[in-house]
Amino acid sequence: MAIQSSIRANLYKDSVSLMRISQVTVARTGVQRVTLLMGTRSNKEFLQQAGLMNPALEGAKPGDIMIVVTDDAPEKLAAAEREIHSLIVGEEPKGGAGEPAAEAPPRSISGGVAIADHADLALISVPGPYAAAEALKALRQGLNVLLFSDNVPIEQEQAIKRVAAQKGLLVMGPDCGTAIINGVPLGFANVVRRGVIGLVGASGTGLQEVMCQVHRHGQGISHAIGTGSHDVSSEVGGITMLQGLELLAADPQTKVVAIVSKPPARDVQKRVIERASAIGKPVVICFLGGEPAASAGNVHRASSLGETARQAVALAGARLAVSDDQAIERLATRICAALAPSQRYLRGLYSGGTFCSEAQTIWRAAGIRARSNTPLAAADRLADVEESRGHTVIDLGSDEFTVGRPHPMIDYGVRIELLLKEADDPTVACIVLDVVLGHGSHPNPAEILAPAIRRAKAAARAQGRELPVICFVCGTDSDPQPVGTQKAMLADAGAEIVGSSTGAALAAQAIASRMAADDSGTGRRAMQGGER
Amino acid sequence: MMNAAPSALQAKTSVISLGAADLDHGVESSGAPLVRLQWRPVGDGSPEIAWSLAQLVGDAGDADCLGSRIDRANAEVLERILTAQPVWVDVAAHASEIWPDMGRTLLHAGPPIAWSDMCGPMKGAVVGAILYEKWATTPDEAEQLAASGGIRFAPCHEFGAVGPMTGIVSPSMPLFVVENKTTGNRAYAPMMESGGAKTLRFGAFAPEVIEGLKLIENVLAPCLKAAVAGIDGGVPLKPLMSQSLHMGDDVHNRNTAATLLLYRAVTEALLKSSISRDVVHETLRTIGADDMFFLSLSMAACKATMDAAHGVPFSSIVTAMARNGVNVGIRVSGLDGQWFVGPADIPVGLFLPGFSEADANPDIGDSAITETAGLGAFAMAAAPAMVQFVGGTPQDALRYSREMAHVTVGRNPGFTLPMLDFIGAPVGIDIRKVVDESMRPVINTATAHKEPGKGIIGAGVVQAPMKCFVDAVGALATMAAR
Repeated sequence: MAIQSSIRANLYKDSVSLMRISQVTVARTGVQRVTLLMGTRSNKEFLQQAGLMNPALEGAKPGDIMIVVTDDAPEKLAAAEREIHSLIVGEEPKGGAGEPAAEAPPRSISGGVAIADHADLALISVPGPYAAAEALKALRQGLNVLLFSDNVPIEQEQAIKRVAAQKGLLVMGPDCGTAIINGVPLGFANVVRRGVIGLVGASGTGLQEVMCQVHRHGQGISHAIGTGSHDVSSEVGGITMLQGLELLAADPQTKVVAIVSKPPARDVQKRVIERASAIGKPVVICFLGGEPAASAGNVHRASSLGETARQAVALAGARLAVSDDQAIERLATRICAALAPSQRYLRGLYSGGTFCSEAQTIWRAAGIRARSNTPLAAADRLADVEESRGHTVIDLGSDEFTVGRPHPMIDYGVRIELLLKEADDPTVACIVLDVVLGHGSHPNPAEILAPAIRRAKAAARAQGRELPVICFVCGTDSDPQPVGTQKAMLADAGAEIVGSSTGAALAAQAIASRMAADDSGTGRRAMQGGER
Repeated sequence: MMNAAPSALQAKTSVISLGAADLDHGVESSGAPLVRLQWRPVGDGSPEIAWSLAQLVGDAGDADCLGSRIDRANAEVLERILTAQPVWVDVAAHASEIWPDMGRTLLHAGPPIAWSDMCGPMKGAVVGAILYEKWATTPDEAEQLAASGGIRFAPCHEFGAVGPMTGIVSPSMPLFVVENKTTGNRAYAPMMESGGAKTLRFGAFAPEVIEGLKLIENVLAPCLKAAVAGIDGGVPLKPLMSQSLHMGDDVHNRNTAATLLLYRAVTEALLKSSISRDVVHETLRTIGADDMFFLSLSMAACKATMDAAHGVPFSSIVTAMARNGVNVGIRVSGLDGQWFVGPADIPVGLFLPGFSEADANPDIGDSAITETAGLGAFAMAAAPAMVQFVGGTPQDALRYSREMAHVTVGRNPGFTLPMLDFIGAPVGIDIRKVVDESMRPVINTATAHKEPGKGIIGAGVVQAPMKCFVDAVGALATMAAR
């Protein structure tokens, strides 16, 4: 393997731009691997571990781009490197000769505020080590903050949330993927109707699914406030979640509040429930994967995303427009009739971490034990993400898949690889896939996914069995990728479309339960979800 | 108590976006106001400095926070800069008049530096000054004396003085005296030698260079001392510099108009004086022959202004940028007694025929005091002719002045820029802004040959190293945390 490395000094580009340049270079030159990273300490460590570090890169500074090109054929390297340099330069703004020199875009928060129309929110997605500093500057300028960045040091997160609380400002995040404030979608967000249901959530895809389900029921969202995943830990104490509750309590447009989160730390949970009981508006709480809890007073408990949306819609006094229940039953019956007895196991390949948790929660409640790279219980950790065993559900948004590459909602490459691999496994009863639409996601996922589903099903058929692929699409008809078109393309490829994440998990569960029951009927071992 | 901000949910959402552009597509398509930053890691890219810097940011809603305290100190500093009234009041016949305890001290440009670390031109100028003072009789002896520790070296800046290029000031040299009438402090600068390459300020020490220094000491200085004495109240420099900006000068690297205005100011006084006609003629000939003659007074005026602004606790305003040909050093108002240094760059610009970047010495001289005071490259919009040095267009000249407004705290209504609708030149470099914007202050400069005595080989622009500002931000954060 030949390696060539160089430095483009003194030019900062974010990781997204660098990855795009890598992709384009690979596509145009056919070189095997292009790695473009800013010269930070951690990136150098990464290269070291990847065996790509060499002395030429030692001197790279955080403001320099490190360029590493690898290929079996050394003659390809130079061409790839030329391409990289021209792509890097090509993105620089060019002023026409003789034209007045254009004012460069602002570089700093204060520079941005100076030219903005009464800015009141900063959307920050810079690398984690720098993110809290930018957030603090934004707060000092009187801006609310959505902090998409993760890997923010915990003491910095605490510090900025303290300042925000003092100033009555909101810090959504770190690690907050989505929010809708005053109808403005931030980060990964779907385009939903405005309405009377206000959301607070520590889980990005969970919020997206609930808002899409509310939209599907014909209702709308007042605001959706993301908190980021660390907020509900005891170190942070749920500051943002509690603040979000207060804001929605005081917001005249919001009639019903729904909270979606993984189970918060015990003390945080207690405070959230206490506060929710006192806001004088109905509150639906879904602590996904937590212990089931009884509703009390104005606080209603839900155990799935679908149920959260349904309860919120009902509490808003509206009728539920749709139900997936009968469709799920019919689907399970139809699918099971076509399966061979060996096809017993569920495989979930999710891009949304919350969907992965929800599936495990629903399956666990039905007595189905699934392994996962993000398990509900440590004992169910999948030893090797490359090797599914029994019922397996994978969160492809987890770190082991996303270091150095785009999120699976944007890049379907790894998911398609795994899908084709699962198609080869004769024990697979069905595969569940999520497709997340909205701003920030892939512009046309069905176009990529539909052919892969066709290939997977054809591969299984060639081995003499059917491969059911259950898809749900988290999106609305107002999204940049309209949900109707996406569903039609997927259905055309033979995917079974279910209307919600909860419905898809329930359908899969029904299939697994039936196949296991058939199993026991033939006198073999009755343990559901067990394997050798 | 802090003012509660309006609820995030009540305001009309208007977004500043920094980082990955994909994440604000929703904002864009919703039609909400959106400003996308061209973000990069601040300063030198270290996360630690980014976090330190964020602690120093002011907050209109929180008067007690550290950044607000810094903002108030900076407002005081800006006030002192804007209200300064530098007036040329005198010529000191010898530096030793001003500092009687000088002994064998040589002042030099830039931050402190030892003889062994000095660049070629500065070593040459030291040798020349030793010969001029007759502390040695040959260049070899002079070098031995300097190397033996027999000479004390100190930055001009620490003596209230500023020197162009190598900036060497020895006890016998006459100095311009400029007084800030508002605060009463005085600043000093040596007179420009005529003679191009063969000048001490570029490190030459040939006999004719020493002769030139003697001419200044014996002819020019007494003559100009008499001239200024004959002008009631001295020569107010701010109005003169302001007028020069309107005549195409930046009063750093272009002083053509200012020198003419000075010529006009002294001519009548000299003719009225009892000085012999030959001496008057020699003096006027010297001033008239050197477009840069005024630079010494410009520098001293800026120094008198910025010294008055120095020493305000917590202020993050730069009160000196100076280069010794190896390092650039800055001083910060609220960080008294410290220099923050970084390696000096080679100026980018034009070279005289026969010279190239390979011949150039890194940036040198105290003349960046003009940029520190909001002139020079900061007022480049007034001097479009200057951008020819860097192959730019008049539009680029405007761009320099516009950009430097991003790293300064105010504008000087006393120094207006006609091409920018007479807005004041940006003034008051804030170390926080330099780091936050990752934008290094621009300096107009001459380029010296790296070998002693070969003189000026070009001119252009150079930027102060980011390290100075990053270190100063770190020091301010550390000091403030105590």
